[in-house]
Amino acid sequence: MLLIPCPHCGPRIQEEFAYERSADSVVRLDDAPAVAMTALFSRANLRGEEAEIWVHAQGCGQWLRLTRDRMSHAIRSVEPL
Amino acid sequence: MGAGRYSALSLLRGALGGHRHWGRAWRAGEPRGPYDVIVIGGGGHGLATAYYLAKEHGIRRVAVIEKGWIGGGNTGRNTTIVRSNYRQPQLQRLLEYSLKLWHGLSDELNYNVMFSPRGALFLGHSDADMARLAERGDALIAMGIDADLIDRDAVARLVPLFDMRRDARWPIEGGLIQRRGGTARHDAVAWGFARAADNLGVDIIENCEVTGFLRDGNRVTGVRTTRGDIAAGRTGICVAGNSGHVAGLAGLKLPIESHTLQAWVTEPVKPMIDTVVMSQTLHCYFSQSDKGGIVGGGDPDFFPSYAQRGAPIRLEDSIAQAISLVPALSRLRMVRSWAGVTDMSFDGSPIIGETPLDGLYLNGGWCYGGFKATPGSGRLYAHLLATGQSHPIAAPFDLARFAQGRTIDEAGAGPMPQNR
Repeated sequence: MLLIPCPHCGPRIQEEFAYERSADSVVRLDDAPAVAMTALFSRANLRGEEAEIWVHAQGCGQWLRLTRDRMSHAIRSVEPL
Repeated sequence: MGAGRYSALSLLRGALGGHRHWGRAWRAGEPRGPYDVIVIGGGGHGLATAYYLAKEHGIRRVAVIEKGWIGGGNTGRNTTIVRSNYRQPQLQRLLEYSLKLWHGLSDELNYNVMFSPRGALFLGHSDADMARLAERGDALIAMGIDADLIDRDAVARLVPLFDMRRDARWPIEGGLIQRRGGTARHDAVAWGFARAADNLGVDIIENCEVTGFLRDGNRVTGVRTTRGDIAAGRTGICVAGNSGHVAGLAGLKLPIESHTLQAWVTEPVKPMIDTVVMSQTLHCYFSQSDKGGIVGGGDPDFFPSYAQRGAPIRLEDSIAQAISLVPALSRLRMVRSWAGVTDMSFDGSPIIGETPLDGLYLNGGWCYGGFKATPGSGRLYAHLLATGQSHPIAAPFDLARFAQGRTIDEAGAGPMPQNR
């Protein structure tokens, strides 16, 4: 179970948060089709550290950028988005 | 090659000799390339692929390369359910092709995979559920796949331990059962395919991790491994759970994210549930193993991970659901829980096809439903690796479907693996 240090609320259990997507996979309204397609359907899916977008859904409701190791589950940083 | 063909006679002979004559079921393979085909991943799918390459296509210079040991990955971590009662026609064809192979698999492999067609039951908890199950049943029957819509009395007779009270937490209104579905011994599936492939000359190389690919321009010509470089005509990735990682070694990004899925098993008890029970409304599924333990699982952990361990909260969810359906389960002790890494694809369906690199093929993205597909997946992937062409049943599952808007989205959830 992750303990995620929300920059607004302090350390809270993982259950309050929802994972959204990899930080490099955000789809923007004015993206060219090929760029949007890549963001929608391709992932580095690293066996290691990746930046991710989460939302503190059951807490302050704020969007967050987590840098997290997908093998060890260690959280390196959590920043407001 | 072990003790030759397994039979009642060989068992009897073994009994007279104190069972000391049983040899290895497959050789400890050494890399001795070049190979016609290298299959990366010694799980059920990879071993089945190698077996059918040798058996159906006569390709004997085949190696299966496994980073750990045979049956140590997802093949030994699933909840062993076999069925073909999907809703999308492409998935129905794929899983029905596989289910037909399950029904003769022990004979085919000369290895008892303990396939037990005890029925796979979907529960309906409301009128809306029953309407949905009836629609699915009709679609299955139209496809020539068996499906019986049964009422609550029939469900109660099938599993007398269900909480059938009208005011139960999850009232049971009826169900849809596929009687040809069931379970199999997952380790035996890996071992049986390994032994049968080895008998046909396939090298099964364990403790050999792929660390990169040999390249000649846009062509993949083999693999770099912890036991040296090995050349191959065609290379097939078959490592569901780690597809993203292995494809990344070739510079590819896939429509796949790796997530954790957990399972649990109770202490063994006498027969109490003789069918596979599933609720897609709750997302919980369980069955009783031949040893007597109740094996079950539920949702994945909803965020990417390669860790092979999960959060207790997800276990609690699926166990609470199982207990609400069969209250007697609350009296059992849970003896073990574990996790596997699932290849969550972006439409919930597997990917079997070529990659943008010549000579490199992909079989992955099985989400949390790969075990049931083991023989079919292997046979279809063997067809692709032998001929370079996708079999018609596998063709809709190519990698290009995402860019071309041909996704096969059983759940209708869109490109969000955590919502599946």
